Amino acid sequence: MSLRSGLSPPGLLFAVLGLGAMALPFATLSANRIVAGQGLALWQVAGPWATAAALAAMALALGLGLRGGWPWARLLGSLLGLGALLGLLGHAAPRLLAEAGEFARVSPAAGAWCLLLVFMMLMADALSVLRPGPWLRLGLLAGALALLAALFASGLLADLSVFQEYRARIEGFQRAAARHVALALGSLLAAGLIGFPLGILCQRRASLRAVAIPVLSFLQTIPSLAMFGIMIPLLSWVAASVPGARELGIAGIGFAPAFLALLLYSLLPVVANTVAGLDAAPRAAVEAARGMGMTPAQRLRSVELPLALPVILAGLRIVLVQNIGLAVIAGLIGGGGFGTFVFQGLNQTATDLILLGALPTVALALVAAILMDIMVDLTRHSPGEAR
Amino acid sequence: MIEIDRITKVYGDTTVVDAVSMTVDTGTITAIVGTSGSGKTTLLRMINRLVEPSSGEVRINGEPTRDTAPHLLRRRIGYAIQGHGLFPHHTVARNIAAVPRLLGWPRYRIAARVDELLGLFGLDPAEFRDRYPQDLSGGQQQRVGVARALASRPDLLLMDEPFGALDPIIRARAQQDLRAIQQKLGSTIMIVTHDMDEAMSLGDRVGVMDGGRLVQYAPPQEIVARPATPFVAEMVGEAERPLRFLSLIPLRDLVEPGEAEGAPLSDAASLRDALSACLRSGRDAVPVTRDGAPMGRVTLAALRREAARCP
Repeated sequence: MSLRSGLSPPGLLFAVLGLGAMALPFATLSANRIVAGQGLALWQVAGPWATAAALAAMALALGLGLRGGWPWARLLGSLLGLGALLGLLGHAAPRLLAEAGEFARVSPAAGAWCLLLVFMMLMADALSVLRPGPWLRLGLLAGALALLAALFASGLLADLSVFQEYRARIEGFQRAAARHVALALGSLLAAGLIGFPLGILCQRRASLRAVAIPVLSFLQTIPSLAMFGIMIPLLSWVAASVPGARELGIAGIGFAPAFLALLLYSLLPVVANTVAGLDAAPRAAVEAARGMGMTPAQRLRSVELPLALPVILAGLRIVLVQNIGLAVIAGLIGGGGFGTFVFQGLNQTATDLILLGALPTVALALVAAILMDIMVDLTRHSPGEAR
Repeated sequence: MIEIDRITKVYGDTTVVDAVSMTVDTGTITAIVGTSGSGKTTLLRMINRLVEPSSGEVRINGEPTRDTAPHLLRRRIGYAIQGHGLFPHHTVARNIAAVPRLLGWPRYRIAARVDELLGLFGLDPAEFRDRYPQDLSGGQQQRVGVARALASRPDLLLMDEPFGALDPIIRARAQQDLRAIQQKLGSTIMIVTHDMDEAMSLGDRVGVMDGGRLVQYAPPQEIVARPATPFVAEMVGEAERPLRFLSLIPLRDLVEPGEAEGAPLSDAASLRDALSACLRSGRDAVPVTRDGAPMGRVTLAALRREAARCP
């Protein structure tokens, strides 16, 4: 195989980016969690042998990524690169801390983040070439999560600053995680309960569609900070003037306004995709269902909804990922969730606290997106598909 | 027996179907033919109440359709449409089983009926049962569509341009198959088409619709021989009338004793086939056989005499 025909253009890009990232500061050592630290290059963080091994492994990983046509080798390369990167970080952190003061912190710097991104893009690129089926994707996801859990349990990264922040507030983190999931999934569920019937009605009645879709589109255009802000006076008023509202937990700040804001953002994708999915059901099939004596409910249940399901699920995917991201803003109005750490971190200029909120949010959104994609694939009925 | 009694549909100021009355005998095919906008599809859809009549009534075996809830009525009436309307997310077997499932047939009876119908339509059950509609050819999809419409042994089968989406060769084959299956099952069928050839070749009786009115309802021979209005004559095609007339008479009606040269024709072939054979081969007569045994001949002179009888 000649080099020209075997070269993968994205692989080449990743190699260039990866080599560039190695020249950036790899880790930051600071005297405490707030002050700006001192950037350390890749070759300054560990002893010569560990550095050489990690460098060689990362170079090999980028090299494996260069060859097109070998997707499994490229996937292996991405895992090797990630392993070397995290290994070096884990190895370096206690060494650096031992020589620094009591409150010193070590955190990954731009170079490490860029390398992480490069290896993950290499993994995504290899996977997109491999085109794994839905069940294999589910297996790969489970494997990746298991590896991640094992990594955290091993304590390899325990000396990194963001993990120190985590250890300082384990209980708060668990509460925030539960609240974040409750906000994102709960508002999705509520949007489904309201949006599906509304979408079905909109598809049946053009007059309702002409009103509902523009209103929901308008809600979608309200900036998220403003939306969460609007909820405060609105729900304060409801809590004060509607009997029983306060007992239900409705208040100007906290869970209720955050939940309501997320719900309002969720309605457009749910309703619009329900309408689009039902519209896309073949007219002749719906007509035949009517002609053979199905009641409207039977027609909806056994013909229209199953045919609309992939489009509806695609809408739910948008909502879920969007809500996981937007739920961060709930932290601003006392709604809890990972946003709490982000805003605390912003106030304290403690970057690692911000990361403690941001990283799990990104991971959660990524996992949700992959799971929803798998579900969409499993419900799709495309011609000639193996079953 | 299906009795349609002064059935009318009015939308606003427009009368789409205007007091149409007709009787369809059990076990026959009735073809409704007309241009688009003639009201033929609306007429058909009023029979299973996909469209509610403005006035008039339809009786199936003496029972007014008005007395049954629309969805229950439709489970007794087969319905096949252009573009087959199969459910893309269900297998062939599940598609055919749709109405029996609605009627709550037991599982074993549904399975047996599905296999029986697939066999009847020349589709091997073992091969086709678990396929999806997208994996079938157009002709196969159309056959599954008709099989589905017949699954619950309906009193009546309504077909709205069922062959409209097929190419001419598959279409001719589908028409033959429908004829054969109708004769085997003794089904009562009403078929709507805009194609006079299709109406003539399938219909025991042909109804011609024009501007919402049924302008003629008669056997094909009579439609050709005595068109009731200039519109019917135009639908038949003035120039083609003698040929259409010949195409409706089988050779056995005109066969005479004697011999002739060349390839023989079956006694079930039409006079038009014989004329075509004479012209192509330059013969003055063609031999006629019944089940392969010589029966006599049909001469060009006799064909000319017969064609002249067409008024």
